[in-house]
Amino acid sequence: MTGDEACAEGALAAGCRFFGGYPITPATEIAEHMSERLPGVGGTFIQMEDEIAAMASVLGAAWAGQKSMTATSGPGFSLMMENIGLAACTETPCVVVNVQRAGPSTGLPTMGAQADMMQVRWGSHGDYEIIALAPCSAQEIFYQTITAFNLSERYRTPVFIMTDEIIGHMSEKVVIPPADQIRAEDRPKPQGRKDRFLLYKPGPNGVAPMPAAGDGYNVHVTGLTHDEKGYPVMSIEAQEQMMTRIKNKILNNLDDIIITEDHHLEDAEIVIVSYGISARTSMAAMQQARAMGWKVGFLRLVTVWPFAERQIRALAERVKAFVTVEINLGQIHLEVTRAAAGKAACHLVGHHGGAIISPDKVLAAIEEVL
Amino acid sequence: MMEYWRTPFDAQTIQVSQGIVHIIEDRCKGCGYCIEFCPKHILAFSPRFNKKGYHPPEVLQPDGCVNCHYCEIICPEFAIYSVEVPTAPGG
Amino acid sequence: MSQAIARKEAPLQQVPDHPLEDLIRSDRIPHIWCPGCGIGTAFAATLAAMKASGQDLSSTCMVSGIGCSGRAAGYVKLDSFHTTHGRAIPFATGLKLGNPRLNVVVFSGDGDLFAIGGNHFIHAARRNIPLTVICLNNLNYGMTGGQVAATTPYLARTTTTPAGNTEAPFNLPLLAWAAGASFVARWTILHIRELTDCIQKAMLKNGFAFIEVLGPCPINYGRRNKEKPLQTLKLYQEQTIIRNQADPSDLEIDFSKKVVLGEFVDKERSTCIENYDKTCRLL
Ligand SMILES: Cc1ncc(C[n+]2csc(CCOP(=O)(O)OP(=O)(O)O)c2C)c(N)n1
Ligand code: SF4
Ligand code: SF4
Ligand code: SF4
Ligand SMILES: [Mg+2]
Repeated sequence: MTGDEACAEGALAAGCRFFGGYPITPATEIAEHMSERLPGVGGTFIQMEDEIAAMASVLGAAWAGQKSMTATSGPGFSLMMENIGLAACTETPCVVVNVQRAGPSTGLPTMGAQADMMQVRWGSHGDYEIIALAPCSAQEIFYQTITAFNLSERYRTPVFIMTDEIIGHMSEKVVIPPADQIRAEDRPKPQGRKDRFLLYKPGPNGVAPMPAAGDGYNVHVTGLTHDEKGYPVMSIEAQEQMMTRIKNKILNNLDDIIITEDHHLEDAEIVIVSYGISARTSMAAMQQARAMGWKVGFLRLVTVWPFAERQIRALAERVKAFVTVEINLGQIHLEVTRAAAGKAACHLVGHHGGAIISPDKVLAAIEEVL
Repeated sequence: MMEYWRTPFDAQTIQVSQGIVHIIEDRCKGCGYCIEFCPKHILAFSPRFNKKGYHPPEVLQPDGCVNCHYCEIICPEFAIYSVEVPTAPGG
Repeated sequence: MSQAIARKEAPLQQVPDHPLEDLIRSDRIPHIWCPGCGIGTAFAATLAAMKASGQDLSSTCMVSGIGCSGRAAGYVKLDSFHTTHGRAIPFATGLKLGNPRLNVVVFSGDGDLFAIGGNHFIHAARRNIPLTVICLNNLNYGMTGGQVAATTPYLARTTTTPAGNTEAPFNLPLLAWAAGASFVARWTILHIRELTDCIQKAMLKNGFAFIEVLGPCPINYGRRNKEKPLQTLKLYQEQTIIRNQADPSDLEIDFSKKVVLGEFVDKERSTCIENYDKTCRLL
């Protein structure tokens, strides 16, 4: 099964019942697979007229009570940005898959890259928080898609799966566990008096329960700055309160959200930081380095956003250097550098896009640091 | 025969009865549509100001309202509406 | 004085509420619309039609885009969605497909639905997605201060056409008809009873229903084109003619001639939901 198909199967296993899409290489196979599978499980697939409409339809379906998603690549991702901001502002759960290809613009449609990592974080205007996961194999795409839905439901936020052309199109063995072994989470529904319900009043984890249209709550949902009731309020205080809530529901739950994988960090002098397809390069490089007796460790960012700042900061106290490996010209590298705060050297093994990075390049960079 | 500023297209189907006009003065923005289009010409701007500084309408001849609801449906502000009063026998 | 009269004849506690009070978010009234703006009347007609339709209001929603007209969703006491500029229809499409039992009414402006959102409009009509789309056409972009729109008449003045509009406006019913809408009509805010009945009919239509409502924007369009609100309403009265089933190509808006109002299209065509269920859910 390809990474794209594994993504679609993961979504179905998570309970996704709406897909609004628009074809684009290398994400099209996700839409195709969903178009085949969704009607059979009581869901709906629609190919919209463009990615702006696709993203808007995903939000509409989310408010209809469905777990909903879309999948795209660079140009389509750019078109989705305004409605991604609406999702963040209105705290609408949804999952967006970006099977990255080289850009800018039309770029290399059939060749992979990891150059939308800052766009996913900051692509829509304004301040906000999102969650982005970067799986590194078809099997992991399956599981991370389920995790993405669970996180989006738990935190009422858009969650992104940042894969790339290489894993999207690569065929690998994927084991799909029986349904009863999959934990699919649903958004908490409000309880109590409907007329007193506040659409954005934070619950214990900072997130408000969310009713669906038709549940009788007469919700008002707006992308204008709003109060806890959801009503527009054009004031600096309301802006501060809303922004604080949107940021804090993520920032106060970092331990629950951030997933990283440690490899030989205990005695490492040099730590490779990587994610997605480049994690496979990094893993190979680390193993070869260890075979040569070099003290190299590897920190894999499964969750790229929110950024594993605390982990990097702690490592920076005791390691000599970080080497960030990514198929772009230094995006997460900037974050690592920021978090390391001058306590450890930070190097980039980047790529202009279109191919994976070979482990040799990583080893060469490490050798230079040693 | 009742005099209309413009004959409603559904003049035949409108129950001619008597109405009481209610005005939520502070909602009014003084556009004057209700005054202009009341078929009985019984509304006028009052000299008073409401909270927003507009002159809301007032009813000049309370008995003249035929409860046609036109003021109610043309008002953009939900500020004026009529309710039926039971017609007195022989009235 | 009128208040006093009302109170005299009916004791205070018996003063009935406005008949649409239960459908408006009274805590947000007065709304933002300017004095004499046509949006409020079209909005009130929409609420009256919702009520009269007998539809289950707890599963009736309103979706708006951005603009003065787009603020409508903020005042209706139903599930209501104020989305992004131009995207009310695709949002509504997701809402309807996500739960086909919902009655979804889109209320937005001419700029929102036909300039930035024009592509979505034609595709929703083509799909025959069951939505009731109400476009308040005030011939310009009201919210941003009165710029030219895709509906602005030839030679009309706006802030971005200071010498007069050099482009031709859309004939919206013709566009809707050509794209495949099941129901197409046009009224003005003066023709409120017809408009209300028409919206009610559109809401009960199983298919894509479109109603254009002409309403004044006295502050921006009216001022620059020397039309006081009451003058605009007189135009609606004197320069219109009702012709149901009129040929959609005869529906240009030119108030120097007669502007045709009425119900132009009312046909049966299977919806995209029916077709999807029939074709894709064979299992
Ligand atoms: C993407 C985007 N571009 C531009 C705007 C600015 N804008 C807000 S409302 C509007 C025009 C609205 O016109 P219309 O839909 O006719 O509504 P009206 O105010 O006339 O009722 C524009 C251009 C915006 N909000 N979003
Ligand atoms: S209901 Fe309103 S418009 Fe009709 S007669 Fe009475 S005051 Fe005039
Ligand atoms: S129509 Fe409404 S807003 Fe206008 S003057 Fe009458 S009551 Fe006031
Ligand atoms: S600017 Fe025009 S459209 Fe907007 S509220 Fe004022 S009159 Fe209405
Ligand atoms: Mg407009």
